[in-house]
Amino acid sequence: MRQFTTKALVLVAATALSLTAACSSSTATPGSSGSAAGGQKYIAIISKGFQHQFWQAVKKGADDEAAKEGVKVTFEGPASESEVEAQLTMLENAIAKKPDAIAFAALDTKAASGALDKIKAQNIPLVAFDSGVDSDAPLTTVATDNIAAAGEAAKHMCQLIGNAGKVGVIVHDQTSRTGIDRRDGFLKGMKDTCPNATVLPVQYGAGDQAKSADIAKSIIQANPDIKGFFGANEGSAVGVVKAVQELNKTGLAVIGFDSGKAQKDAITAGIMSGAVTQDPIGMGAATVKAAVDAINKKSVDKKISSGYYWFDKTNMADPKIAAVLYD
Amino acid sequence: MTQPTPSVATSTVAAVEAGASSMLRRSLQQLLAFAGLIGIFIVFAIASPAVFPTYTNVIQILFSAVVIGLLSLGATLVIITGGIDLSVGTGMALCAVMSATFIVDWHIPVLLGVIMALLFGGLIGLVNGFNVAFLKLPPFIATLAMMMVASGLALVVSNKRPIYFDQSSGYAHLSTGSLIPGVEFPNAIIIYAVAAIVAGVLLNKTLLGRYDLAIGSNVEATALSGVNVRKWMVIIYAVAGLFTGLAGVMISARLGSAQPATGAGYELYAIAAVVIGGTSLAGGRGSMLGTIIGSLIIAVINNGLQIISVPQEWQNVILGVVILLAVFADQFRTRT
Repeated sequence: MRQFTTKALVLVAATALSLTAACSSSTATPGSSGSAAGGQKYIAIISKGFQHQFWQAVKKGADDEAAKEGVKVTFEGPASESEVEAQLTMLENAIAKKPDAIAFAALDTKAASGALDKIKAQNIPLVAFDSGVDSDAPLTTVATDNIAAAGEAAKHMCQLIGNAGKVGVIVHDQTSRTGIDRRDGFLKGMKDTCPNATVLPVQYGAGDQAKSADIAKSIIQANPDIKGFFGANEGSAVGVVKAVQELNKTGLAVIGFDSGKAQKDAITAGIMSGAVTQDPIGMGAATVKAAVDAINKKSVDKKISSGYYWFDKTNMADPKIAAVLYD
Repeated sequence: MTQPTPSVATSTVAAVEAGASSMLRRSLQQLLAFAGLIGIFIVFAIASPAVFPTYTNVIQILFSAVVIGLLSLGATLVIITGGIDLSVGTGMALCAVMSATFIVDWHIPVLLGVIMALLFGGLIGLVNGFNVAFLKLPPFIATLAMMMVASGLALVVSNKRPIYFDQSSGYAHLSTGSLIPGVEFPNAIIIYAVAAIVAGVLLNKTLLGRYDLAIGSNVEATALSGVNVRKWMVIIYAVAGLFTGLAGVMISARLGSAQPATGAGYELYAIAAVVIGGTSLAGGRGSMLGTIIGSLIIAVINNGLQIISVPQEWQNVILGVVILLAVFADQFRTRT
């Protein structure tokens, strides 16, 4: 048994090493060939992954802006938004490629501090986007003002429930900046605008639709008189919608965050009252723009807000809104 | 029974007692787990009498146990051989994506598409089994590699986007629809129950189950007694894969969409359910009934703690402690 364990460990280590080597060698190529091809500037973008199409929209904004500026970008992210360590490895690999700038959307505000120090030491301009980081390494942070955006959701929630009753909240996680800000922004918004409502203890569903649905169902069961429910990202919000559908619950004001086909359908069907969306395309574009400015030694603001919109049945088709909503 | 007894009544009682006590010895762990399940249920029922023990909530508990439950059925078969399957979580996501590819993209009728998704799960298991039995890879490594392959392929095949079952309205009914009209009893629970019975029959009444247990207790002796161990290992992993496929169908039916990035971490809950149910990670010993109870214990704990509003961080701590206690109880029983 002991022998097997040792063998297994050696094999795991070997697999991990070869995988890392394979990753870094395969991803190193575009960077080096990019800078070789006529000195085109190269920006390595590390996002939070593919779990939400939000990131596809950010990528679109980044790609469009990169084409406009004539720079080269690569866009990577871990398979799920809980893989902090995998993301860190991607960031380390990106540093190894010596890009002209790095854009980074941290899954965890603190976990990357070592790598960020390294970026600073190597004088690579760093643009944080989506979530800020607890570090002075980024020249700027391009982000949705999540506190204000969640406050907007709270304002609408208050109107919908008539400033009274219980409201449930499901957030995607406890550690990311968006999770913390949307939770705190919503709670503060409710406290300020809606003093007569009771916000139930916040629960966390890891952005997993099935898990969030199970949690929402438990909360609705435990509080049959619940009046409203806020889901702080796409996975959480869709989970709440599933819960409402599976319980055939009526008269519940559901407010979501971000978009995606399931949320849009729920709004059309009247199950969801509305949602706050960020502007992912604008975020991608602003991130690349800030990185290009930093490469060209132009000064950039310490904070760049990429905006948000409230959308519901009435304005979903509005071209300005429709452009930032994704399926 | 062989000795003459004064009266028929006493002999019957004695027989029942003898049978009961041997069954008790055989399945003390299941009984412990079952008692645990009942105990935990009663605690929550007392803590939240108005909500927790209601029909709707019990249905919800069963419903939320379906996906982990299905995964753990297959995991039981593999763990009894002394192996482990880390690929069931992301394998499930890949099967969900394949189901969507078959039904949504290729317009294959729902029923046929579902069967193909199950078979795809079987194929994943088949590859695992081949790697373990013929290439002699440790199960941990073979299925770890498959876990990564499946998680990547799910994103590749789906082009990193969720695939929605809009045009196939029947698909969602597999999970949330109700076969019995007018009664709130989701089909997912019925499908889980049928799958659980099939798994129980497989383990207890078929050659597959007998060889599964034999391989797990002593692989050399099993081979020496003329059993083609390698062939049966492949079959066991492949059959386990069918349950992964079914879990993929059920989670995508519930969500009305195949979510390519979900699934990671589900394998650990499935293994936890198996272990709580008293199946030995060393192999050779295990029961489907125990695994079902294990899945239900996890579902009851999650649901109950959420209903009484325990902070989420503590929910994980409590679940972890329950797993420790279950394994400790099992080892204690084996030692004495």
